[in-house]
Amino acid sequence: MSMLVDILLVFQRHARISLRSPIWIIIGISQPVAFLVLYGPLMTSTLSITGVPAERAWQTYVPGVLVQLSLFGSAFVGFGVIAEWRSGVIERLRVTPVSRVALLLGRVLRDVVLLLVQAVLLIAVAIPLGLRASVPGVLAALGVVMLLSLGLACLSCALALTVKSEDTLGPTLNTGLMPLLLLSGVMLPMSFAPRWLDLVSRLTPFRYIVDGMRSAFQGDVLSTTMLSTALIALGIAVLSVLLGVRTYLRQSA
Amino acid sequence: MTIIEANGLTRTFRAGRQTVAAVRGVDLRVQPGEIVGFLGPNGAGKTTTLRMLTTLLQPTSGTARIAGADLRTAPREVRRRIGYVAQYGGTDPSALVDEELFLQARLYRIGTGPAGRRVAALLAQLDLGGLGSRPVGSLSGGQRRRLDIALGLVHEPQIVFLDEPTAGLDPHSRNNLWEHIRRLRDENGTTVFLTTHYLDEADALCDRILVIDHGRIVAEDTPANLKRQLAADVLTVDVAGDPDAARRLLAGLPGVRQAAVTGTGGLQVTLADGEQGIIDVITTLAGAGLGVRALQLARPSLDDVFLTLTGRGLRDDPNGPTSPIPTTEGVEHVHAR
Repeated sequence: MSMLVDILLVFQRHARISLRSPIWIIIGISQPVAFLVLYGPLMTSTLSITGVPAERAWQTYVPGVLVQLSLFGSAFVGFGVIAEWRSGVIERLRVTPVSRVALLLGRVLRDVVLLLVQAVLLIAVAIPLGLRASVPGVLAALGVVMLLSLGLACLSCALALTVKSEDTLGPTLNTGLMPLLLLSGVMLPMSFAPRWLDLVSRLTPFRYIVDGMRSAFQGDVLSTTMLSTALIALGIAVLSVLLGVRTYLRQSA
Repeated sequence: MTIIEANGLTRTFRAGRQTVAAVRGVDLRVQPGEIVGFLGPNGAGKTTTLRMLTTLLQPTSGTARIAGADLRTAPREVRRRIGYVAQYGGTDPSALVDEELFLQARLYRIGTGPAGRRVAALLAQLDLGGLGSRPVGSLSGGQRRRLDIALGLVHEPQIVFLDEPTAGLDPHSRNNLWEHIRRLRDENGTTVFLTTHYLDEADALCDRILVIDHGRIVAEDTPANLKRQLAADVLTVDVAGDPDAARRLLAGLPGVRQAAVTGTGGLQVTLADGEQGIIDVITTLAGAGLGVRALQLARPSLDDVFLTLTGRGLRDDPNGPTSPIPTTEGVEHVHAR
């Protein structure tokens, strides 16, 4: 109970600061819209050349953008954490009786909420462009992508407090995320890939996340694909939260 | 009753295969209502000790009781009873002043109603009235520092730890802050444990000074006693006449510890008490028909005290200036991850 209050207090602090920053809001809104308007038509017409109908193309593209938003939105939370560590905010909070776990979870909760807002916006803009999708499927996909954001944000915070340098954090994130993103099939479905690439992609977790979300958008909410997707997202979230908590509990982190 | 009691606190850091002992056994006692200054050159273990006492760093060995709570077994209880103001503060420039204070109060589980009243009272107490709805980044250096201190006082702690409270402030703001720190003790009986680089600050504020060097407390006394024992006032006299004759005259005066002619022909007189001594010097020289062209009295600085005590100046830093981040001592910064 006490921990929940702490989480809420820390969350409110970060949310308030963000909401007062107009740039932050503009970026938050423009990102999903830019993905849809500037790349969506290209993607759907490319898919239509290969015989995929427009409706199916949007069902393929929108879940991919969701994962991409989640990946880049939450992975870069660490930069804010380093800034806070440097300005002494983290230390100031650590001398209060606030739970260390709440310092982490309250922080990343803001990013999960941001992602949810962006995701809803993305879907709302995609509908007039031609997206048709199963409502339970969309809800399930949102749940998956929120778990993914929670996990990645925790990982980013843990990494940030370990390296404590933007110069290390940036390249590390880019090096780690770029291949995972390419292999996940976010850009184009992996069914177009040569066999070896498809196999490599099956060794990465995001592949299953993207596949499951696409099938959910098409209405297969209770399929085994979606079930394994949900389990993978849950696994990523649990492991990352544990790792983040461990870092935050460490004395001098 | 002792409010801070530390016995044999040590802290070692691993640097690759080497082990670096930052603090090698600190024993200290602070009485309630005392203002204690904690001094030491960079790398002496000052910040490490402070971070241990404030639960930010676990001691490698040793014990401490802070405001009646055990540092090792009840760190959370210690946190409830102390306030800590880090050297570079701990506020987000884009956060609002009253929001930061209100959050801090809520983190100590002060109810929303009382928290609001406490924030208003603190803003008034620290001359921050009318600044509540301003972003922290728009405050002046002095205002920002007072906000940092207000944040440390939100829960009316029995002890407040201040790390370099006036570093980087202009003289007016420093005096003003000293006033606030004094009032804290005089009106609320708060115990103040502060680190500083400035002798005038220690002089103006502290009842007692603890000096740390190489991870151990090497001196512990009132500022006046420390200065008397460890440094003296130095008077430089530009004599209109034979400096050597003047030197012989002055060397015999009771308050003069030493008189010497410098390379440039000036006269340097070391005095036990500069204010009294300066009069004796002038009258003695005048009586002997020696004129004085110029006089300069140098008060002992903390650097002098430190030079005597530790063999190095207070601001000697072989590694160049430290970076503006919360943990500033080189050793800790690199290895205490």
